[in-house]
Parts: sequence; C-alpha cells; structure tokens
Amino acid sequence: MTDALLVLAGPLAAFALLSVLPPLRRSGKPAAAVSIAGIGVSLLAAMALFARIHAAGVPSIVEFVWAPMTKGPSITFGLLADGISASMAVLVAFVALLVQVYSLAYMSDEKPAAFGRYYTYHSLFAFAMLGLVLAHNLLQTYVFWELVGLGSYLLIGFWFEKPAAGRAALKAFWTTRLGDVGFAIGIVILWSSAGTFTFAELFAKAGSGVLGGTALTLGVAGIYLGAMGKSAQFPFHIWLPDAMEGPTPVSALIHAATMVAAGVYLMVRIAPLLAHTPQVATVVFAIGVLTAFLAATMALVENDIKRILAFSTVSQLGFMMAAVGAGGAESAYFHLVTHAFFKALLFLAAGSLIHAVHTNDIFKMGRLARVMPVTSACFAAGALALSGVFPTAGFFSKDEVLAAVLAGGHPVGFAILVVTAGMTAFYIGRAFFVAMMGPNSAPGHPHEPEAAMKAPLVVLAVLAVVAGAAAPLVKTFFAPSVEHAPIFVPVLGTTAALVGLALAFAGYQRGAFDPANVRRAMGPLVTVLERRWYVDDVFELGYRFAYLKISNAVGWVDRYVVDGVVNAVTWATWVLAGRLTVIQSGRVQDALYATAFGLVVLVWLAWAR
Amino acid sequence: MTLANLLVVAAAVFAIGLFGVLARRHAIGVLLSIELMFNAVNLAIVSFAWSRGLLAGVVLVLFGIAITVAEIAVGLALVLLASRVAKSVILDDLSELKG
Repeated sequence: MTDALLVLAGPLAAFALLSVLPPLRRSGKPAAAVSIAGIGVSLLAAMALFARIHAAGVPSIVEFVWAPMTKGPSITFGLLADGISASMAVLVAFVALLVQVYSLAYMSDEKPAAFGRYYTYHSLFAFAMLGLVLAHNLLQTYVFWELVGLGSYLLIGFWFEKPAAGRAALKAFWTTRLGDVGFAIGIVILWSSAGTFTFAELFAKAGSGVLGGTALTLGVAGIYLGAMGKSAQFPFHIWLPDAMEGPTPVSALIHAATMVAAGVYLMVRIAPLLAHTPQVATVVFAIGVLTAFLAATMALVENDIKRILAFSTVSQLGFMMAAVGAGGAESAYFHLVTHAFFKALLFLAAGSLIHAVHTNDIFKMGRLARVMPVTSACFAAGALALSGVFPTAGFFSKDEVLAAVLAGGHPVGFAILVVTAGMTAFYIGRAFFVAMMGPNSAPGHPHEPEAAMKAPLVVLAVLAVVAGAAAPLVKTFFAPSVEHAPIFVPVLGTTAALVGLALAFAGYQRGAFDPANVRRAMGPLVTVLERRWYVDDVFELGYRFAYLKISNAVGWVDRYVVDGVVNAVTWATWVLAGRLTVIQSGRVQDALYATAFGLVVLVWLAWAR
Repeated sequence: MTLANLLVVAAAVFAIGLFGVLARRHAIGVLLSIELMFNAVNLAIVSFAWSRGLLAGVVLVLFGIAITVAEIAVGLALVLLASRVAKSVILDDLSELKG
C-alpha cells in the first residue's frame, strides 16, 4: 500500500524540491543527489512492492475517489500493482537510476544550472513514467501518458540552444500527440459504452459481452493509435531518429526502457480487450511487422551510431507489437524487458564512445576496442543480445516473439521477422566492427570513461546476458497459455543472427567483399533507404500542401468571420455610445428631468399592476 | 377640512416645487423650490398625523424641519462657492459634469 505510493513519491518529491527551490536546482551536483535519492527510494519501494505482490500472488490496488459522480460510478485514482506493473516499475526505476548515475559523468561539462535543470527533468520524467506504469485505469494512464510526452519533450530539447534539438523535441511531441488524439477518442468511446475507465472492469465487461461490437473495436483502435505514436510504429516512427539530438543518456532512458516501451506496455495491459477485437489485433500485427522490417532496412545504411540504435529501437518495437498483435502479450512483455536492458546498454556504451571521440559517425571511429576495452566489451554484449545469439537475453525473448507470431498463425510475418532478425544482426555487427575493430583508427587519444559511466555499463551488460533466465518469472505474470514452440524457431532465429553477424564481419572486418560495391550495385534502393522510405517527405508534403492550406483557410474564417462578428459588436457599441453621450449634458436639471421621468414611469408601472 | 383637501394642497405645492426645481435657472431659485417640495411633504405628514390623531407625525416633521435648515445651509454655501469659482449661479453655465 505505502510501497506503491512511495514508488511515485520519490521522484515527485525530488521534482517538487528542485522546481520550488531554484538555488538548489542551480547548484548542480546537490540537485543531482536529490534526484538520484528520489529515484533510489522509488527503486527500493518498487522492489519491495514486487516482492510483496509476487509472494502474495494477488494484485494490490490502492484506490481513492478522484471525481465523485452522482449518476454512475465515480472516477477513481488508483495504483494497480500486479506482476506486470510491479516488475515494469522495478525496470523503469532501475534503468532511470543507472541513467542518472551515468549522467553524473556524461553531463559533467554542463554548467551547474543546466546540470540541475537536467536532473529536474529526469525526476519529472521518472514520476510520469512510474505513474503511467502503475495506473489502474485508462484516464489516469492518459494523464501520465501526456506527462511522459512533456518530460520527453523537455529532455530531448535539453540543449535548446541547438536549433535541431528544439525541432526534434517539437517533432517528437507533435508526432506522439497526433496518436494521442486517437487515444483520447478511444478512451471516450470505451467510457461511453462501458461506463468505466478501470482496466479490471473493462476486461470484465468485455468478457461478459456488455462491452463489444463496434464500440470496443473503435475504442481499442483509438488506444492503439496512441500506442503507435509513443512506440514509434510506422508511420509515426519519424520522431525517434530525430530525437537523437538529445543527450545520449536521455536516449538510453527514453528510447530504450521507458517512453517508447509505454506504447507496448499499454497494449500488453489491454491485451484482454485486444483478444476480443481480432481486426485491430491483425492491424497491430501487420504494422508491427512492417515497422520492424522498414526500420531495420533504414538502419543498414545509417552511419550515425545513435541513429543506428534509434532505428534498431523502432525495429524492436515492431517485434514487440507484432507479438502483441499475434496474441503473445507475454512474449512482447518479455522482449520489452530484455530490450530495455540491452538497448539501454547499447545507448550508454555509444554515449561512452561519443564522449571519448566527440563524433557520432561510426566511420570516424575505429579500433576503439584497444583503448576502451570495457566499453567495447559491453557494447559487444549488447550487440549479441540485440542479434539474439545464444545464451544472451535477446536470444530467449526474440525466440519467444517469433514463436508467438508463428503460434498466432502468421507464417508470412514470421518469415519477414526472421529476415529482419538477420538484418538486425548485420547492422549492429557493422556498427561494432567499424567503430570498435576495423581498419579505421579514431583520431586523438580516446580513453575509458570514469567509473560513474563504466559501472552502469557493466551492470547492464551482465543483465543483457543473463536476463533470459527471467523468462519463467515473466510467464507467471500472465495467464498460462503458449505451448512449446517448434524447434526450428530458435534454429532459424539463431541462423539469421549468425548469418547477419558473419556478413558484417566479412564485409567490414576481413574485407572479404567491399561494402561500397554492394552499395553501388543496389543504387536506387540505397537512396530510398537513406531518404528513409520518403516517409518524412510525405509528412512534410502533407504538412505543406494540406495542413498549412487548411490552417490558412481556418485562420481566415477565424480572422474575418469570428473576429469580424466580435469586432462589429464592439464597433456598434462604440458608435452608439458616441451618439448617446449627447444626453450627458452635465447640467443638474437635465439629470433631474430624467429622474422625475423615471419616477413617473415607476409609479405608472406600479399603478398598472 | 378633510384629509383629502389637505393632501391635494400638499400635492399642488409639491408639483409647483418640482416645476421650480426643473425650470428655474437661478441656483437660489432652485433651492427655494426644493424648500417648497419639503414643505409639501411636511404638510402631508402632518395631515396624516392630524387625521389619525398621532403625535409622532408632528415630532417627525419637527425633526425634518431642523434637518432641512442644515441642508439649506450647505446648499447656500455651495451656491456661494459656485459664484466665486465659476463666476455664475446660473445652472445652465454649471456643466462641469458633462460626459
């Protein structure tokens, strides 16, 4: 009970302290200490909560009335701690803590005021994300969902003096907002049909058939739109690569474990509703597969190490969504957990590289494994986990996802995802061999980062390797379902991963073939990939030729019709008042005439009654 | 002499006073007309007191007269001030309140 509240209270108290005490915020290191203490409390509380829930075996709910209603049930504010949300809270608090510790060193060049501001945003973001995770109803989810959007906006645009960062922050905010419109509409549809926001009641009503048909389908589809925006599903994935303009630890937090995972988490949460809407589930699956595939192809030609990881995140989110759509929510959630570890690891390792060589371009790095062995080893662990090589965590979770897709009856999607897994191994292998091995050599004298950055890397690297063992634990959060997958699933997945890694090794390490030749042979296809399948361009055209035009028309109506009416009323009043000032002669007797006349009228009225 | 006759006289005096207040140009004339209206009201009160045989009405009128004297003193002071500042006691010239 108190532990669930304490999970939220830690970061909230840190954020409140840092926002109302500007001297503390501007002091830099003490502000960071407050924020880290807040998330530390939160992590301990979340672990206690998880231990309690796991031991008890029943969900724990804290609930109080938020908006009392006279007709119908009141709207409540509550914290739902079941296996999924409690473990997710532990995960979020854990990664947030590691990222905040890592940032101590990574952001040490910032001025104290900016440093404090950075940690203030981190506390806000952690509070919002934990609130979203523990929310026990849709409305509360939506509130924290938007707070997460705000936190990500502030963090991505942290270096607001860089125009690109400001634009990226806006793009992330607007793109996710576009989906959130659907989310809001979906919530309203479900509310008007079922009369409740609470997950448990919604599941019960959907199960008993009270909630169903078009209303349920539209509601779930609307919520999925919101999840598409946050989890960067095609075509809303465009914000994620641009969001790499933010500080690298922010990417590790937002684009690995928390914000982008929120969409998948929400879909896992409402999976019982999704089970009643096969049409929506099919769309979720198809868009997931498409996103996984397209993002992986875009990562093949990217040279910016953070953008490679960004596309990789989009691709992995596609895997998770495909699993949700295929009915394998527990596989999606398991992949979400392992992905949070190994992708946060990859981002933090990439941040460590960028910190050392001051460039994002992998072709300007090289042979960093010799001077930065720890970072490189950690990156390699993350890369193996991302590729899905036995016995890393990624192997187990990707295996689960592929098995769930196959079990859901989607052989074509399964084939595409296996190919995508191969591409995944190739692009991350390419990044590793070019940046850390290879023929190139980084300029200057790069060296290992300080302990505050190394420690989180090592912790995450260990988890990225061993987290696969958590599979039986994760399974207990869900109703028991999936039968054993056929043996060819892990064989195919591993083969694809090994082929991808071998190709990257052959092309970029051994020089067995020249990647430039392949590039030339592919010609226009490479251009298409570098233009990111023209999705950004389509959005821009839509913006320029549809949205702006409509906005101009609406603006004209507002300026000349709506404002015109208001202005006309003002003008008429003005003119009338000008005419009427004549009767204000200023002479006492004129006023008295009016008074006497008024009196006569009053008397006459009284008489007439 | 009936109550009705007395009230008719009071109403007539009041109307004459009202006419004077509205029509006179000279400030002193207006003050005089106001006095006329006061007296009409006093007359009406006394008439009612007489017809009902109540002493309270008479006392009330006495108070009224005393207050009227004070009020007229203020009014005359204002007229005096107006004649000094605005160099006129003709009400049509005093239109400082014009909006």
